[in-house]
Amino acid sequence: MSADLAPREPHSESAESGAPTLTTLVARAEELYRDYRLEAVRQWKARTGGLAVGYLPIYVPRELLAAQGVLPVGLMGGRDDLEIIKGDAYYQSYICHIPRSTIELGLNGSLDCLDGLLFPAICDVIRNLSGMWRMLFPGQLVRYLDVPQNFAPEIGGRFWRHELEALASDLAARGARPLEPEALRAAIAAYNVNRALVRALYALRREQPWKVPTSELYVVLRASLVLPVEESTAMLADYGRLVLAEEGRRPMDQARVLLSGSFCEQPPLGLIKTLERAGCYIVDDDFVQIHRYLRGDIPLAGDPLDNLVRAFLDDGIASPTRYIADGVKGEELRQRSRESAAEGVLFCAPSFCDPALLDQPMLVEAVERDAIPWTAFKYSENSGQFQVIREQAGTFADAIKLWSGA
Amino acid sequence: MSRVEPTPEPAPRGAHAAAAPGEAQKDSSQRRQKEMIARHYDRLAAAPETGEKSVYTFVPGNLTELLRSFDLLPVLPEINALQSGMRGKSADYIALAEKQGHSEDVCTYVKSDIGMLESGNVGPTGQRLPLPDLLLLSYTGCFTFLKWFELLREKYRCPVAMLHVPYQAEGKITPAMRGYVVDQLRGEVIPALERISGRRYDEDRLREQLRRSAQAEDDLVWVLQSARNVPSPIDAFFGAVYYVGPIFSAFRGTEDAVAYYRELRAEVAERLRAGKGPVTPDGEVERERYRVVVEGPPNWTSFRQFWKMFADEGAVAVASTYTKVGGVYDLGFRHDPERPLETLADYCLGCYTNLGLPTRIELLVRYLDEYRADGFLINSVKSCNSFSAGQLHILREVEKRSGKPGGFVESDLVDPRYFSAANIKNRLESYFQMLEQKRLGATA
Repeated sequence: MSADLAPREPHSESAESGAPTLTTLVARAEELYRDYRLEAVRQWKARTGGLAVGYLPIYVPRELLAAQGVLPVGLMGGRDDLEIIKGDAYYQSYICHIPRSTIELGLNGSLDCLDGLLFPAICDVIRNLSGMWRMLFPGQLVRYLDVPQNFAPEIGGRFWRHELEALASDLAARGARPLEPEALRAAIAAYNVNRALVRALYALRREQPWKVPTSELYVVLRASLVLPVEESTAMLADYGRLVLAEEGRRPMDQARVLLSGSFCEQPPLGLIKTLERAGCYIVDDDFVQIHRYLRGDIPLAGDPLDNLVRAFLDDGIASPTRYIADGVKGEELRQRSRESAAEGVLFCAPSFCDPALLDQPMLVEAVERDAIPWTAFKYSENSGQFQVIREQAGTFADAIKLWSGA
Repeated sequence: MSRVEPTPEPAPRGAHAAAAPGEAQKDSSQRRQKEMIARHYDRLAAAPETGEKSVYTFVPGNLTELLRSFDLLPVLPEINALQSGMRGKSADYIALAEKQGHSEDVCTYVKSDIGMLESGNVGPTGQRLPLPDLLLLSYTGCFTFLKWFELLREKYRCPVAMLHVPYQAEGKITPAMRGYVVDQLRGEVIPALERISGRRYDEDRLREQLRRSAQAEDDLVWVLQSARNVPSPIDAFFGAVYYVGPIFSAFRGTEDAVAYYRELRAEVAERLRAGKGPVTPDGEVERERYRVVVEGPPNWTSFRQFWKMFADEGAVAVASTYTKVGGVYDLGFRHDPERPLETLADYCLGCYTNLGLPTRIELLVRYLDEYRADGFLINSVKSCNSFSAGQLHILREVEKRSGKPGGFVESDLVDPRYFSAANIKNRLESYFQMLEQKRLGATA
């Protein structure tokens, strides 16, 4: 486990005497997570002169952007501290919160450092937001990324490859480097390292959740969204090394829970902390899923664009936004529950989130087949009151500790 | 959408002979449609005995001609859901689905359908619907479709054929998009239909269906465009949901549909010649006061009440977007028998909710102009993010570009809890008053 957390490539920062401590690293990550104005992106642009392109959840081929010298910037809406002034005027009360905070950030200038925005096909709200964005911000490159729901290489694969080539052309037309196979291969290699570190951190959390509090890991993953892959990799590696070396963190009598449903609009950090304080070790989750959307490494041999396409087709997770053509709905959740030794499942979805909430009855049925206890609640990214959820999660954790298994 | 007697039939008055109270007088086309639907549901009910196979699918992007070319019977869960709404059954169905764990936040068509299924799967004619032999997931313009059929697959344990139709985000159909759909038709959908039906794909048979589709589409477009006249002989929203029934559902490509639209066109032509306004359930609109374009689906649980709120004010819908969800024909598209699979792909790609927001806005602005409308109204339904997300932006943009005022009301498709009659009526009345004031201001 710990070996996996050693960086595969040497990087200078952690070897220097001024390497971060756990406290400074987490503080830096939280600073990046909280920075609506994307100062890190602005600095990167000033430093490199490159393009920065934002993307919404869940999956975009970041490798392709990086290969063209473009900084991919993950956007996940706002938080409880973002005052929505204009965004609410664009949405009815029965629509989730992430599009209104995204609009708010666009209109208040926070995202004006971005040269474009990518809207992956995950639901009708994000889809329609792409059209609004096209009208509201005509100067930006706006692309709706129609990820295929057909996973046959000769059908969906051909279409997806065409989508990626079109995206690469659009980026090049905006001044990015043309897409070259070697650069793409190098970017894939860099992201393979990055994803492997995330997988290792998730594995470490499964084994020793007291070492890796989710509220901490979460901000590190969020910070990674606005950093170039090399810096993100360094941060992840440092974080892994530092938590492993941290002696003060001891196991507590908490319930091990898997959290499902929070893959797009994210809960406020306070809610994650609330769950932990309520007696839950979150041993697996759906947060910031782009880091884990592909299960394994993308092969480096052969045509790198084909490899990128095949990775999406063959190695993508069973996201609620992805049609499960073969296999059984909820099977992956059951498998994750087993692998993480979860004692319970928290269905924790944003209000009005179609993919999560329409999926939920099928997932509930799946975990019930394994007699795994579950509970469900909803949130919004700007939820400010957690008392009810704390009581619910606390009762759930207590019930697990008192009545489950042993 | 299809016409099955859930509510009192429109009762024409004026030049038509007055019907006795409670008795609806039907035009010839209405009777024909009713008979078509009854025959279809009879076949469905008898399917377990006759061995006919049924395919559940969706209205947008439906492949009726293709299914019919295999002698397969289409079943459209959306239509069952809206019929449940009109027949006052959806509330119980939704409650049952929510009791089983379906969120109050999600599409009520889905929950109504699940509730109906759990209650014995009795369709709008009171007959039991057959179990699906195949779920044809035409994933066109609505993400919820994907989840809906995943849910149904869990219940029915039957095969699913997926047809992913790319979204027209940039307002055009590219060769890659068309090719992707055609590839799926050839590689996935047709083989699935062959397996279910036991028949080989017969392209000549499909061409015949498509030829008939185009004939019916010509007549439908003529009927819808008759609303360009002042006064309009039709209501292109409430009334037109009946008109689009056959072509949006199980009948496109059939001789029945051709005959229905020919007859409907003749009837509307006669109304136009006589200078008559639209027929509503409460009689004819004798004085057209306001011409409006409507964006969004109707509310089905209070459909008649909703319509009356318009008719009482002399408001006539002269164009609507809902009547384009099963195909946008008035911009020129026709099914083309010379390119059978490509034309099916173009049809699927062109359905209204598969169009990007900028295209939807352009269409509304065009309708306002071409149909000489006074303004437009958005009925924003809670259930349908495909329609609703972005409608407030549409409202502002269309107002800005057309210079015509927009109104905004909120309801739902089939959940009666979200139809607040007093609130909606109040908003509509205020809106029509605003149109009146604007008109007075213009003439002052």
